[in-house]
Amino acid sequence: MQPTPMPIDNSAPAISQSEGPPLLEISGLKTQFFTDDGVVKAVNGVDLNIHSNRTLCVLGESGCGKSILARSILRIVDAPGRITDGSIVYRSADGRTVDLAAVRPGSRELRSVRGDDIAMIFQEPMSSLGPITRIGKQITETILLHRNISKAEARETAIELLDKVGIPKPAERFNAYPFELSGGMRQRAMIAMALSCRPRLLIADEPTTALDVTTQAQILDLIDELKEELEMGVMLITHDLGVVAEVAEDVAVMYMGKVVEKSDVYSIFENPQHPYTRALLDSVPRIGVTRRERLPAIRGMVPHPLATPSGCSFRTRCDSYMPSICDRQEPALVQHGETQVACFLHSRESIHD
Amino acid sequence: MNTLTTDSTVPAEDEVAAPVLLSPLALTWRKFKRHRIAYVSLYIVGLIYLMAIFGEFLTTSDIHETSTRRAFAPPMGIHLFAPDEDGSSRFQLHAKGLKLEVDKVAMRRVFAVDEEKIIPLGFFVKGYEYKVLGLFSTNRHFFGPVNPRDTVYFMGADRLGRDIMSRIIIGTRVSMSIGLVGVIVSLVIGVTLGGISGFFGGWVDNLIQRLIEFIRSIPTIPLWMGLAAAIPLDWPPLKTYFVVTLIVSMIGWTSLAREVRGKFLSLRHEDFIIAARLDGLSDMEVIRKHMVPSFSSHIIASLTLAVPLMILAETSLSFLGVGLQPPVVSWGTLLKEAQNVRTIIEAPWLLIAPATMIVTAVLALNFLGDGLRDAADPHAH
Amino acid sequence: MMGFCLRRIMYMIPTLFLVSIVTFVIIQLPPGDYLDSLAADMGESGSDNTAVVETLRQQYGLGQPMYVQYYKWMKGILLHGNFGISFEKNVLVTDLIWDRLGWTFGISMLTLLFIWITALPIGIYSAVRKYSFGDYTATFFGFIGLAVPNFLLALLMMYVSFKYFGQSVGGLVSPEYIGEPWSQAKFINLLQHIWMPIVVVGTSGAAALIRIMRANLLDELYRPYVATARAKGMSEFQLLMKYPVRVALNPFISTIGWILPSLVSGEIIVAVVMNLPTTGPLLLRALLVQDMYLAGSLILIVSLLTVIGTLISDLLLAWIDPRIRYQ
Repeated sequence: MQPTPMPIDNSAPAISQSEGPPLLEISGLKTQFFTDDGVVKAVNGVDLNIHSNRTLCVLGESGCGKSILARSILRIVDAPGRITDGSIVYRSADGRTVDLAAVRPGSRELRSVRGDDIAMIFQEPMSSLGPITRIGKQITETILLHRNISKAEARETAIELLDKVGIPKPAERFNAYPFELSGGMRQRAMIAMALSCRPRLLIADEPTTALDVTTQAQILDLIDELKEELEMGVMLITHDLGVVAEVAEDVAVMYMGKVVEKSDVYSIFENPQHPYTRALLDSVPRIGVTRRERLPAIRGMVPHPLATPSGCSFRTRCDSYMPSICDRQEPALVQHGETQVACFLHSRESIHD
Repeated sequence: MNTLTTDSTVPAEDEVAAPVLLSPLALTWRKFKRHRIAYVSLYIVGLIYLMAIFGEFLTTSDIHETSTRRAFAPPMGIHLFAPDEDGSSRFQLHAKGLKLEVDKVAMRRVFAVDEEKIIPLGFFVKGYEYKVLGLFSTNRHFFGPVNPRDTVYFMGADRLGRDIMSRIIIGTRVSMSIGLVGVIVSLVIGVTLGGISGFFGGWVDNLIQRLIEFIRSIPTIPLWMGLAAAIPLDWPPLKTYFVVTLIVSMIGWTSLAREVRGKFLSLRHEDFIIAARLDGLSDMEVIRKHMVPSFSSHIIASLTLAVPLMILAETSLSFLGVGLQPPVVSWGTLLKEAQNVRTIIEAPWLLIAPATMIVTAVLALNFLGDGLRDAADPHAH
Repeated sequence: MMGFCLRRIMYMIPTLFLVSIVTFVIIQLPPGDYLDSLAADMGESGSDNTAVVETLRQQYGLGQPMYVQYYKWMKGILLHGNFGISFEKNVLVTDLIWDRLGWTFGISMLTLLFIWITALPIGIYSAVRKYSFGDYTATFFGFIGLAVPNFLLALLMMYVSFKYFGQSVGGLVSPEYIGEPWSQAKFINLLQHIWMPIVVVGTSGAAALIRIMRANLLDELYRPYVATARAKGMSEFQLLMKYPVRVALNPFISTIGWILPSLVSGEIIVAVVMNLPTTGPLLLRALLVQDMYLAGSLILIVSLLTVIGTLISDLLLAWIDPRIRYQ
């Protein structure tokens, strides 16, 4: 899309697209795993929009399908998983749209989007870099794949990127192997790699989970800065409410493959609607609040993926469970003030039909 | 919406059927059964060992009984219907006799099927005397000629006119037991040294690793040949058998020791082992209660895979004439009869019959071991 | 890298020392020696050559303690390259073995090449197209390859080629070329013969390596870094070759360490069956008649070359995998 990847700091004039058409429009997405024991509905009908220059945090416990959702966008879900329904419409810079859920896997069309328009940072910096390939090579490889420039230029770009993400002595680190770097440095290298083609959408799948707290904050700041600079849309997957509070503009809460609540970050924290969101927020310790009793935890466990409860999937753990309502039907997402929420507490009228 | 039905009083959790959680052993077994070929192989291996134990019952003639007139007799077929006196045919399992003819062109004796001579066959027939498990005598045989004075060769005869099929069946005992005994020897050495190496680490580990590396870096066949050739020819068969077994087990233990060591090393730092130690368990208790159970399935799989290697080793040595010596009958000594191309071309059954047996046994053991290994590894794909 | 090489070479010395001792002990194991049987033979034929036997005995220290004999043997080898004498043929061991060793290692190397060329692509295919028809076929033939011992395969192939192609096999060249100088015709004839021992010796190794490559690659195929590479927009083939295959190659290369000894072993036994002019038949004969220096030298040199081969594979591995180099 862009003729040259560099220099990054020479950014185009900022246009907030939050009001315009979304960068990525996910609707009715279903990703299922066909295992020997049955079909696991990892992503079970998700609608989400991601806008340029905004950060969307997808929040949820482990196993709620948020990583699979992220992987579905780039079509890198491993077998036996596959997208069974829905669309993922990406709108490129020139306004053309492509439904990523429909293109042939491994096709040139898909590959040209991957790494160039949409880039991804993974959860485990320790194992997400090729173990026996030099860092620099892994970055230049991405650039050379999508840009028609010489190796020397690509090398220069990569070193600049390494510098930009805060790796000291980038020219030396260029020749380092992943095992020679610390976890934080590796994650920085991952970010440099993801940014190498100035993507318009960055998907970060728990980018800081494996890192210590100081490094976490640095990496999040870095992603935030780069978002502003490159006007990227960012989709950040996390289970950490602290991360959400720090970087999110929009929040989507997932539970068992579904979005149960989505809103802007202020509404979520100020006025959570879904019992699950409330429970999540309650289970976080707060500074300044002295407690005499134990911190409340969400009771029960996430149900086995092959034994999803009937009706609302959260009802087995819900404090506001309404017998013969919640187990009859799945609640749909409905607008409630600033928020969209899928809960019968807020859409009682819908159960009458 | 406020109408509370009766079932609503039931706690919500109970309505959701939790998937049945299986014990690790049951899971392994289920996974193993899914590996079809391995499952079938389990039965084949079982049958072969039964054959080894009750060999004489299955034979049709004494393996040492020679008959010069029947040298290199070809395999006989089993026929279902025999002509009656009145010309009609009736159901009668039988084999057809052989007669010698002279091929005038090649000027040599050849066997021809004697259509006239019918050897009736039956189940549970009388034959030569033998002892079951060395305990009691009997002369019953599973299948063979009804008249004990008849001889049949379902897989042909060797140069001394001995029945190949009976010899293969009896040879099973030596060949299969060498695999088993060899594996037990390997197990003892391998697990002990591997365990010591992995558990204590340091210079002990270093020393044992160098030893293993050393043994593995020498080509085995020349080494075995050297060792086996050193066995005096006049030793009694049993002594030779044990020495050959020992030589053969030399290979097996190194890979086992490596595997055990690797498991020990990786387990040493596992949280559950550290937790067990912090609970105050002694070294031996930690090994016995936590480490051994967690890798025993791997060991069983590796052992199963080592058995065929040893069988092949014995076969190779005996084939070269430096392992077991006649009159001991093993698959290897049987193949020794088929050492040159001339013999094979004249009597291909000398090669094909024992070869089929060896390949079947080794294949079945390999599939079985492979299935066990897959089943034992919960993370395998 | 230099340090690593030196360290590995240093490791080799005690190994070789051990090999020489073990070899010597093995050839000394049988009671009596060749000279005993020689003396007995002479006694039977009536000629009295006690003096000759005694001279030989002195020269090689036979009858002296084992360590003295070992010392004399090793001294001869290290200082003069003299491996002793073949009692049976009454010539120096060195005059007998080099040609045959050359063939043994030539065939073993070609076999290694054959194994690599077949096992690598088939293993990769089997892993990537797991549970496909091709994978099952490869697995099936792999198991057959493992289950059929070398010598049996040799016999079967000889039988088949004689019976159905009327071709007499065995040897490396047809009888009419033996002893002839090298010519184009002889070379072509050699090629017509040599493929059979290569295939026979290589089959089980190739089968094993296909299994190993498949398992290694399956371990790597679903690692996070593969997803990373895919997310970059690389094509499947490109990313497969650059990442998981490269990583899976490491254990694959280290297998040369054990595959080389087994190839040499296999070559020796196949040579006996197919009557090849390599070390196999010579070693078997030497062992059976207790021609100890000949047998010992053969075992020693074959082991030595194998150890060197293993060393080369280790160095190769360190060159490919930086993680080993930096340890």
